[in-house]
Amino acid sequence: MKIEVQNYKDTRSGFGDGLLEAGKRNPKVVGLTADLTGSLKMGDFAKAFPERFFQVGIAEANMVGLAAGLAIGGYIPFTGTFANFSSARIYDQIRMVVAYSNKNVKICASHAGVTLGEDGATHQTLEDVGMMKMLPNMTVLVPCDYNQTKAATIAAAEHNGPVYLRFGRPKVANFTPADEPFIIGKAQMIQEGTDVSIFACGHLVWKAIEALPILKEMGINAELINIHTIKPLDVEAVLKSVAKTGCVVTAEEHMRNGGLGDSIAQVLALNNPKPIEMVAVDDVFGQSGTPDELLKHYHLDTPDIVEAVKKAVARK
Amino acid sequence: MTINELKDVASQVRRDIIRMVHGCQSGHPGGSLGATDIVTALYFDQMHIDPKHFTMDGAGEDMFFLSNGHISPMLYSILARRGYFPVKELATFRRLGTRLQGHPTPVEGLPGIRVASGSLGQGLSVAAGVAQAKKLNGDNSLVFCLMGDGEQEEGQIWEAAMYIPAKNVDNLVAIIDYNKKQIDGPTDEVMNLGDLKAKYESFGWKVYECNGNDMQQIVDTLNVSRANAHKGQSQIILAHTEMGMGVDFMMGTHKWHGTPPNDEQAANALSQLKETLGDY
Repeated sequence: MKIEVQNYKDTRSGFGDGLLEAGKRNPKVVGLTADLTGSLKMGDFAKAFPERFFQVGIAEANMVGLAAGLAIGGYIPFTGTFANFSSARIYDQIRMVVAYSNKNVKICASHAGVTLGEDGATHQTLEDVGMMKMLPNMTVLVPCDYNQTKAATIAAAEHNGPVYLRFGRPKVANFTPADEPFIIGKAQMIQEGTDVSIFACGHLVWKAIEALPILKEMGINAELINIHTIKPLDVEAVLKSVAKTGCVVTAEEHMRNGGLGDSIAQVLALNNPKPIEMVAVDDVFGQSGTPDELLKHYHLDTPDIVEAVKKAVARK
Repeated sequence: MTINELKDVASQVRRDIIRMVHGCQSGHPGGSLGATDIVTALYFDQMHIDPKHFTMDGAGEDMFFLSNGHISPMLYSILARRGYFPVKELATFRRLGTRLQGHPTPVEGLPGIRVASGSLGQGLSVAAGVAQAKKLNGDNSLVFCLMGDGEQEEGQIWEAAMYIPAKNVDNLVAIIDYNKKQIDGPTDEVMNLGDLKAKYESFGWKVYECNGNDMQQIVDTLNVSRANAHKGQSQIILAHTEMGMGVDFMMGTHKWHGTPPNDEQAANALSQLKETLGDY
């Protein structure tokens, strides 16, 4: 695809605008928040559809139960709070009344990863993708920019079943075409290449895009694929790419344990073992700092992707 | 139904409970026996339902949610006896491949079950969500939710207890199966619940109390709560029950919370319970 930065926007705004659009398209879409309407950018939806918006206060467990109940009644509930409070805090509730009960609830998780920034480790969840992908029936989406998060939100409304939708706080490059539909489970080819397969998700897709010209200068023709759907994983796209390139780098703003890299490694191990390097957080909690400082500190930045590619290619 | 007819149903349900937990040598007879009268009254007298045409959204129907899912044998028996599924299926309780899982789940497609329960403290939230969906749909039917008293120790219960009156959810009737016992012993000893009536009242609920094993009192209290629905008031019934009710050696103790009777005990229990509708 042609990469053209349209503007710099936060993915949470993509969620907010996507929710408003989904609400316009389908009167069954309802929103719930645990005292974070503004942070989740749900204000426009709340204003447009006050009767379909539920302020539940700081009570995330109750919010998930309410959402399951609304889903039983035929609605499509979107719950909105920070990623840590959308996952670890209420894992059992999500497990029993959403995933196991297979309810049409969309768990929308903002401020994920270290790019939450200054609030520090209490709020910087790096484990949520792992928790969510382990739940049967759960679809896990990690879109990369504003446009894609908006499209993913609309796609989640149209998908029948539990969804965990992960996005973030900082303003980042918005480069996916505004009119590109989001197809759950279908990996997005960013650039075709022959020497290495880079599989990235979320904010690190842009970091990987920034690595492409650097790699090209080094004589490495990299393939970059955006795995916006962690589950169900597009196994076919992964294997097709790896058959061509012979080595892999994964990049994500998440713990190495349980993340995208884990999922890709499993596919490789079971089907076509090849060298793999993982750009991810290595079994430590985050800390306070600016998003850029933290990405650098935890080795989630463009130079880290370049280094990982060099290692992977050398191991072929 | 007349009070005597309801009592006959409850007696058969109690026989089913004993036979189910005895049959698979697992399950929770004590709480099931104690809550039988309340749920029998709901399904056979109070709720407007269409058991032969079960729908997930329950549009236009009253809906029941069991938060303390471990007393599933009671619910399964009542659903079967009410016509949701064949009574003979009760024999599959807790056996591999059954729709009658140890704790209720909609996953196996059992008519009458709309959400999983078993991990405690979650049913009231779900019931409140269903009640709000009914309001959005302009559906005037009611939602009932039975909770255990031990599960009042879960924090989520109080999140829902705060939410429901605050948001004027007045088409839901909560009921606490107040038997004052939990697995480890009397609730007073494990975690003193204090004055539950005062607690719920302070959260903004209208609280009723009744003897949850007296069919007339149950029906009278449910009639009052039905009449007061849709009037801006959240309602809860503290139904004082006896764990193990109907089987003398299972009453007055928490020991039969999760213990099945052996052959001799099951025969003894069944000798105390009149077979009214025919055993499965």
